[in-house]
Amino acid sequence: MMTNEHADHAVGMRKESNGFKLFTALLNDLSATDGTQEKVCLLMEYFNNAPPDDKSWTLGLFTGRRLRRMVKTKLLAGWLSEWANIPEWLFEECYHQVGDLAETLALLDNSTSGTVMEGDLSDCLRTLREISEAEDVVKKETIRRYWSSMSKDEKFVFNKLITGGFRVGVSAQLVIQALAKMFKEDKAVIAHRISGQWEPGDTDFAVLLSGQGTNDDLSKPYPFFLAHPMEDPAETCSDMAEWHAEWKWDGIRGQVIRRKGQWFVWSRGEELITEKFPEFEEMRKKLPDGIVIDGEILAMKGGVPLPFSLLQTRIGRSKISPKQLREVPVAFMAFDLLEFNGEDWRGRPHAERMAQLKAVVQDLGHPTLSISEGLAFSGKDDLAALRARSREHGSEGLMLKRKTSTYQVGRKRGDWWKWKTDPMTIDAVLTYAQKGHGKRSSLYTDYTFALRDGDRLVVFAKAYSGLTDKEFAAVDAFVKKNAIEKFGPVRTVKPELVFEIAFEGLSESKRHRSGIAVRFPRMSRWRTDKNASQINTLDDLREMLKQYGSQADASGDEINERE
Amino acid sequence: MISFTESGLFCIPGGFHIDPWRPVETAVITHAHSDHARTGHGSYLCHEQSLPIMRVRLGDQHYQTAGWNQPVIRNGVKVSLHAAGHIIGSAQVRVEYKGEVWVISGDYKTHDDGISGAFEPIRCHTFVTESTFGLPVYRWDPQEKIYAEMRQWIDKNTAEGYSSVFQAYSLGKAQRLMDAFRDYEGRIFAHGAVLRIQEALDEAGHRFPIAERMSSLTPSDKRKTCIFISPSPVEGTHVQKLIGPYRTAVCSGWMQVRGNRRRGSADKGFVLSDHADWDGLLEAVKATGAGRVYATHGFQSAFSRYLNETGIEAAEVRTMFGNEEEEAMTAEPVLENPAS
Repeated sequence: MMTNEHADHAVGMRKESNGFKLFTALLNDLSATDGTQEKVCLLMEYFNNAPPDDKSWTLGLFTGRRLRRMVKTKLLAGWLSEWANIPEWLFEECYHQVGDLAETLALLDNSTSGTVMEGDLSDCLRTLREISEAEDVVKKETIRRYWSSMSKDEKFVFNKLITGGFRVGVSAQLVIQALAKMFKEDKAVIAHRISGQWEPGDTDFAVLLSGQGTNDDLSKPYPFFLAHPMEDPAETCSDMAEWHAEWKWDGIRGQVIRRKGQWFVWSRGEELITEKFPEFEEMRKKLPDGIVIDGEILAMKGGVPLPFSLLQTRIGRSKISPKQLREVPVAFMAFDLLEFNGEDWRGRPHAERMAQLKAVVQDLGHPTLSISEGLAFSGKDDLAALRARSREHGSEGLMLKRKTSTYQVGRKRGDWWKWKTDPMTIDAVLTYAQKGHGKRSSLYTDYTFALRDGDRLVVFAKAYSGLTDKEFAAVDAFVKKNAIEKFGPVRTVKPELVFEIAFEGLSESKRHRSGIAVRFPRMSRWRTDKNASQINTLDDLREMLKQYGSQADASGDEINERE
Repeated sequence: MISFTESGLFCIPGGFHIDPWRPVETAVITHAHSDHARTGHGSYLCHEQSLPIMRVRLGDQHYQTAGWNQPVIRNGVKVSLHAAGHIIGSAQVRVEYKGEVWVISGDYKTHDDGISGAFEPIRCHTFVTESTFGLPVYRWDPQEKIYAEMRQWIDKNTAEGYSSVFQAYSLGKAQRLMDAFRDYEGRIFAHGAVLRIQEALDEAGHRFPIAERMSSLTPSDKRKTCIFISPSPVEGTHVQKLIGPYRTAVCSGWMQVRGNRRRGSADKGFVLSDHADWDGLLEAVKATGAGRVYATHGFQSAFSRYLNETGIEAAEVRTMFGNEEEEAMTAEPVLENPAS
């Protein structure tokens, strides 16, 4: 009996020590399947069998808690060149062909020590964390040791971890789905439990998923409810009286939280950005305790929203200068109340939440907190007319919310819709092409487009999306046949193919050769009916800027100039 | 002795071309793939094992054959064929004139796959080598390991009620698969293009397991959980309706890179190639002892630069080879002129 127990234990131990292999197999299996159900099954199987410590690390990695890049690419490339006896130019050549750094390294390294990789994902990540601040020689030695014991697939995963680019083909939603099934809980509950401020290395997976800690973590935000895009309100909203309409703001979606005197600001990407906004001091001090407000962080001056490009200048930096505070002040445009008096309000109807939110905003009475007012409209035509004027109000369209709706989790159809303004479009010609990354690493799918300016062509935007696979293949073939020059991975292409480029907004920019930056450019149509002489001019784009580039651009100019 | 002309490689004293891409009088053919063996030439010289396939591909032509290392003299130039290990009958062409020796590799692989003949290294002064996979990211696993993984994949599919579709080139890869599945107990079916090659090889005395044609007359229980080998996807064909649930694997050297595996609709990619990998190319070049190397179709620019840096004089040459299905996947635009 004793012997048996002993044997079982030993088997269990051996199994547990192979967590890294298990994780590698999971990633391989996930990338080899397209089916949602199959992926959910794979995830459940993994979370059932993985060593306990690995579970929270994996969950962390799958929900965007990425590791920081711990070694510079150049260093890694240098070490590899040394170990594999490959000149650096050849490494570059391989990198261009493969299109992924971690994979290139995994394919090029041919070291083997004869030992087999053992241990768990958590062991590996702990080791990496320990040496993250160490001297380069220590890192070099550690990486060497790991590589020489790993298979190609394991090296790839390991390299993804050390190069900080870890991303997998599963969405957080899929992971939540799997965990909800495993723990027989509602998806919203699981999403809430795994949100917020927890560190994979210091968190017990079972405790986290049990929800025991959820009430102790004062910072914990609620999972965001996201609107589904809508084509036509006539199809989606039958009785207009049931719907609340408001402007769709173009800023950073966020949640502000005040609990037990503590203050937190979360972005939709579940990043804690509290320190970025000193303007919120008034809210931090005076909002009633036990409150969570959902809304949009906007750059705003005199009650008028400034373009998103200005808000971006506030996000990128760690220290905010007084000058920036003066020139790009930030405010919170509230549009939902998720918690009030320490009570979860998400189950209450939208109208009730809005009424209470309005009272909160009025009580505070400070310009840094405003409410996204409901818009009065009488019917569908009225609504369409409002939408057509969105840009004049500094918004990018309309939001429609069912007055009786609860606050749900994730992107759902039915109760919340976004009806964005039609994108602006302009016809441009393809001038440069570059190979894509990952799935598209052997195809030319990254393009640069130009407009006409007199008799020259001026480059104005890059775009990677919007074409079907078939169209991409056709453009790829064109590029291969019509490449004029080669600059590293970039090909100059005969200016012949015309595309309609759609974008969401534009602003003046000193960093762009055209003088104008466009937002979210993508290819909306391949204009096979047009040739390069029929494209738009830079003046056409300037005209659009004058019309829609929002009145605040002058200040943006100033900032760009002085920095 | 050999110059690179618009029609292809031309032996001036011998008056013949090697794998020319424009119609010429006399063509020496390394192997029967369509980018090397084209129609329209006056006469053809190829290896005797290549002949049956050449007939399938090019029809009746004026053919002359030779065995391994059986020299043929043309205008005082000695020409002989030597195993290249690429596909059945594939040859390297050795050309000797007044004591100078050139070897034109055609396509080759240095691992012996058991059916295509073992690559024979030949000493020469000048070596013209392919470089399809001439980057060090391309290193192949041993054939046995790949075959074992294939068999495992088939077993898993069978257990789960799926057929296994292998997308592989009809000449070369398909025969290797048939060889790998010799002990398979279920039924093996194949696309017409594969069957035509099989028929020609069978008549010539090669003994592979026989793949069958699939039709609606095939009993339905035999069609389920079978193997199907096809050069093109079965999606949208009549086979798709007959075969029941299936999974697809692509067999190609390009499957080495994840991006290629994930692109397209295949469920699985096996890194199985009929070309030499990076180590194979280097090994082959060194074994020739050649003082000068010309790298053609593939990563010729990187490969020749690397050779130069390791002390072997090398240059790249632009050819029209490399338009077979496999190579076409990442055909690079060739912008540089051949190094002079």
